[in-house]
Amino acid sequence: MMHDYFIQIVTLIGIYSILVIALNLAIGFTGLVNLGHMVFFGIGAYTSAILTLHGVPWYIAIFAAGIMASFLGAIIAAITVRLKGDYFAMVTLGLAFIAIAVSRNWISLTRGALGIPGVPAILKDNLYYMLFTLAVALICAVLSYMLVKSETGRIFQAIRDDETAVAILGKNTYFYKILSIAISTFFAGIAGSLFVHHIQFIDPTIFGLEFFVVILSMLIAGGLASIIGSVVGVSLLYIISESLRFVVVSPSLIGAVREMLFAVVLIIILLVKPRGIFGKVDV
Amino acid sequence: MLSLKNVSKSFGGVKAIDKCTFEIDETSITSLIGPNGAGKTTLFNIISGLTMLDSGVITLLGGKISGMPAYKIARSGISRTFQLTKVFRNMTIRNNFLIAKNASEDEMQKLLQMVFLHKTLDTTASELSYGQQRLLEMARALLMPHKLLMLDEPTAGVNPKIRHELKSILKNLRKEGKTVFLIEHDMDFVMDISDVVIVLNEGKVLKIGKPKDVVKDKKVLEAYLGK
Repeated sequence: MMHDYFIQIVTLIGIYSILVIALNLAIGFTGLVNLGHMVFFGIGAYTSAILTLHGVPWYIAIFAAGIMASFLGAIIAAITVRLKGDYFAMVTLGLAFIAIAVSRNWISLTRGALGIPGVPAILKDNLYYMLFTLAVALICAVLSYMLVKSETGRIFQAIRDDETAVAILGKNTYFYKILSIAISTFFAGIAGSLFVHHIQFIDPTIFGLEFFVVILSMLIAGGLASIIGSVVGVSLLYIISESLRFVVVSPSLIGAVREMLFAVVLIIILLVKPRGIFGKVDV
Repeated sequence: MLSLKNVSKSFGGVKAIDKCTFEIDETSITSLIGPNGAGKTTLFNIISGLTMLDSGVITLLGGKISGMPAYKIARSGISRTFQLTKVFRNMTIRNNFLIAKNASEDEMQKLLQMVFLHKTLDTTASELSYGQQRLLEMARALLMPHKLLMLDEPTAGVNPKIRHELKSILKNLRKEGKTVFLIEHDMDFVMDISDVVIVLNEGKVLKIGKPKDVVKDKKVLEAYLGK
């Protein structure tokens, strides 16, 4: 029993690590405050769920989930990345509400609020699925690390610091911002796929802001512009959150208590380390 | 080299640049001066593509650059600095350079010596003083492949030592036959290094000439000191 519980925790830490690393590529490394990140996580999850339920092999479905999320991410980025700072953040925040509305009302595809049950598991043994998830998370982390150390990654970070200066150095910032979002949403889609095959159910709540606030807290706790920080942020906050299971709290209060605990932990981290645990730039 | 013909720009009802026409010759140092609000930085932003002009034509070495996005203008050969320094603060000096060009370690080290910036390439830009950040920005602009170097108030907010160093850098650039176009308020600095001075007032070109002629011009004195 405890063994299964541990596997469950590690599997979700692996999935959330991919999701937070992906968010870090956009916010921490490129300075694009994409508040609609969960939309692409959800698109990846729905894509993978629908494809596998129609007989598509899981290894194609996972890849298709990333591609679909990335494709839609690139289209939305092409329309929105010219907006500066807060305006970009507000538009991407609006995406979450649009995604919820679409997934609730496109009943023929998503079964609306009822959600899609019975999403097939990729591997029957949870231990193997945990190892598979960790392997994918490791690949995503290594690829992200190689990206941020590359010339393209340097340009992303320069855009974060001063977009105008990048443009006058001959770089097409519009293209690089779209590329950053496309890569970020690709990883978010992969995370969504892994998530849905683990939970084996999906409904429109996957796009909800409550979940995004948790993911954003993990990013900030670990620190912006740090791959290892993302993994540490996820592990720390998820384990703290899980520890509430061992504290006697009324089930009706557990959500509120968890959010309060997240806020307290985040405040303590930022007081001690204003850039987050491994952060390289200001929050 | 750089030619502006009837370049105009308005912001709402305010005419910031009004039919500006002038040319900048190769291998010269040209200074753009004028009272505050004359439109100097706006003109720099128009030339470098950061602000769209309303009318007129700008050419660089005969090729039209007006209407092009900033990154294409930069690729066509214009490198510049800003009035408020724009270095990549969270990045090292090395990475600041590498955004401009894939330079070798040797090339980057020589550049640091050239601009009197005695720091290692691994120093983060945010650790530099404001004056040192100006030197880094200038070094980065020099590294960027260019035909014309535009400097917006290079001596603003820097101490006398760095000001002296900037003057030395510009004199060396002149010796190397570089073409420089700069905005500057320090008249001694302008008189010392400029081949040509362009005076801008209320968005219009008031006077173009050699430094010694410009300072004696009655209209220029009126623009600066009032009637």
